[in-house]
Formats: sequence, C-alpha cells, structure tokens
Amino acid sequence: MTLSQAILNGERLALARLLTQVENDTPQGRAALIELFPHTGKAHLVGVTGSPGAGKSSLVNQLALQYRKSQEKRVAIIAVDPSSPFTGGAVLGDRVRMRDLFGDPNIFIRSMASRGSLGGLAQTTANLVQVFDAAGFDVVIVETVGAGQSEVDIVRLAHTTVVVEAPGLGDDIQALKAGIMEIADVLVVNKADRPGVENTEKALKSMLELSRPTTKRTLKHHGTEMTVFAPQEKAEDGVWTPPIQRTIAFDGTGVPELLEAIERHADYLRQSGGWQRRERARLDVELQTLIRAELLTRFREALSAQAYEKALEDVVERKMSPWQAAQTLLKEGAR
Amino acid sequence: MTDKKIRVLVAKPGLDGHDRGAKVIARALRDAGMEVIYTGLRQTPEMIAEAALQEDVDVVGLSVLSGAHMALAPRIVELLRANGQADVKIFLGGIIPDEDWARLKEIGVSGVYGPGANTEDIIRDIKAAVAG
Repeated sequence: MTLSQAILNGERLALARLLTQVENDTPQGRAALIELFPHTGKAHLVGVTGSPGAGKSSLVNQLALQYRKSQEKRVAIIAVDPSSPFTGGAVLGDRVRMRDLFGDPNIFIRSMASRGSLGGLAQTTANLVQVFDAAGFDVVIVETVGAGQSEVDIVRLAHTTVVVEAPGLGDDIQALKAGIMEIADVLVVNKADRPGVENTEKALKSMLELSRPTTKRTLKHHGTEMTVFAPQEKAEDGVWTPPIQRTIAFDGTGVPELLEAIERHADYLRQSGGWQRRERARLDVELQTLIRAELLTRFREALSAQAYEKALEDVVERKMSPWQAAQTLLKEGAR
Repeated sequence: MTDKKIRVLVAKPGLDGHDRGAKVIARALRDAGMEVIYTGLRQTPEMIAEAALQEDVDVVGLSVLSGAHMALAPRIVELLRANGQADVKIFLGGIIPDEDWARLKEIGVSGVYGPGANTEDIIRDIKAAVAG
C-alpha cells in the first residue's frame, strides 16, 4: 500500500510520515501530492495570525476544542514558528499551549519551522494543508509565525483569516498602517480581561469604518449636525464587514462566538461566490510559485557555478550593476 | 533541497517542575541546526508518544529530575514501539544514578546524560544516532 492510500484510510503514522516527505519536498512527497490532489478541496482553511504574544496558540487550542464540542468536526492544526536565519535550527513551542487537545484522535497537530520563508508561513505549508484536506480533516487551522505587519501570506492560503490582537500591543496608528489589519475576515481582541481592551477595540473599529464605511452616521461638527452616508450603503448584502470578537483564550470566554463568526464567514463566502474566487486565487498563486521555483532550479542547473561566481565578483567590484549581471546570466542560462 | 533536518521532541515527563535543563538543551539543539519541538512541563508518557507520532520526530529527548526515570523511560519506549516508531532514538538527561545507566541502554535508550554533561557531546551523539 502506498503512503497516500494509507492516508486516505486514516492511518496516523502514515500521515505524519507523509507530512515530513512533503515538508522536505522529496520525490516521494511530490508523487503522493499528485495522487491526493483529487481528494482535496473539501476542508475549511482557517488562518490565525497576529503579533507575537497576542495569544494565537492558546486561541487555536480553544478553537479546536470548540470545533470538537459543538460540531464534532475533525481538526488539523499546522503551527508555524520561525527558523534561525543563522543556523537553520528552530524551537517550535506552540504545542505547549495546546496540551488540552491531547487524547482526541480527531485532532492532529503538526509544528513547522518557517525555514527561511518571510511571509509568516513556510514554503511547503500549502502542501501540508493539501495532505490534511485529503486525509479528511474538515477544518485545517494554520497558525502563522508571530506576525508583525507584512507577513500576510496566510491570506492567500486561508478561506477565513482571523487576526488576533491584544490590549497594549500597539496604538491606533499601528491599526492604520497597511498590511496585517487589512487581511482580517474576523478580528479578535484577545486577553479581553486586561485593561485597555476598550481602546484596542475602538482603534480596530475606527480602522474598519475608515476602510469599509457601510452605515449612515450623524456627526457633530462645530455644533452643526451632519449626516454622512457611506458610499456602499446600497451594496450592503455583497459586503462582509469583519466582526470584532473579544476573547479570553485562557478560559475560553468568547470562543463559541468566535467560532460562530468564522462559520458565518464561510457561509458568506459560499453564498457570495467568494469561496470559488479565493480557491482560484490560491491555486493561481500556488501555480506561479511552483513555476518560479522550477524555473530557478532549471536556470541554476543550466548555469555553471563559475559563471555565477564571476558575475557576482563583477558586481562586487562595481564593474557591472546587479541588473546587468542578472541579464547576462539569464542569457547564458537560456543557451 | 538542503539535507534533511533532524527533528527532536524535547519533553519533560513526570511531576517535577524544573525545566531549565530541557530549555538549555532545546536551545543548544536549535543552535546546532535542528528543529526542536518543545512540549513543556508535566507530560505523561502517552502525551509524549502522541506528540512524537504527530511530529514524526527522529529523536525524543527526555529530561527527568524526579527520580522516576525507571518508570517513565520504559513506558515511553513501549508506547513508541506500539505506534510503529521503534526507529525513534531516545535520549535521557537528568539526575540518573550510575547503576541505572546500563539498564536504560538495555531497554533501548540511546544516550544518558547527568548534570554537567557537555552539549557538544549530546549533539554529536544525536547526529551519530540519527545517521547510524
């Protein structure tokens, strides 16, 4: 029996071993992905991202418990942590917060090192998701590296992106900046028992209103009352406004409501055609990434190491600009 | 691709709450280029075996300071075997009396280390065990 057949039969050790093959991008892993691909496309992919220390892992722990309790769904978790840029090693510590999930055969947790990738995920995270999807997990939760501002790869992978914030991590200017706040389908203010939770929530709300004004508002401006209509008021039913949910991951407060919000988003995507659009966009990115990687490999194989070293030397000595060197090498590699 | 990363589960079974040793080892293995899955305190043998399976690790590193190693280590060996992971190498660190070392090696523990053990030696032994 091949690994992929064993996985379709639900064998956990086979699944764990295949995940390693896929993560390492081995020929065996690639072959299995080809066999498994027709079985994918069923799982709801939920991304969880946010600043380090916002409580992502604890929240994922609670979410998985809630999925099991209220819906009996099979849940896979991929938890990504950073690799050291110097040694390539990593300490993957997300399991520490997920010990409540032990003993349930319908939950499978896999830790993953980012291995030099910068977007908050590892290069092969999308492939691991495919394996879990084919293995019949109803929900795949992907927890990103503790993300700052531009680690937004998750939005291209997940159907529903949950952005986790916590009081005291940044002011309202942080919420204004481009990047991570824009990608949220659901916003969470975790650690809601801490002081400052109102301010954090208010900052998120005003950010949302700036980007997606959907309601009529009455403002007092120098003593005069003004009524402001949002531009998209007519197109109401086509627009998703990210809900803001308060949670306390430590004891699970707000988690049932968070799960409902995630499910509502999935329903919205299915009804609005957004599900297919996101699937298409995701596969588009995946295809382009593969082509880019394959082209690079072929180019490297076609080119001698000496030619590359020489070009690099020329650039270092300022005889050529990097752009010129790239052009020269590409011409050489194409021959 | 680069050569295969060594994946190590570092776990702290039993009831003592001293995890400094485990953290020092986790850090040293990270600096040696390994991927360390750190699971934290008070893990049961069953939890350790399940994590080792899900993570498909090459090595399980245990830190035991409570004196319960002769109960915990054999149970973990047994569970790993039952799960089909007999090939996973087990390393044990902590306060382990000399007379227990031979018995631990007999049941399949690849390396035993006491206080003051050199992390360089541990890294070398792990690399050799995984390659061998």
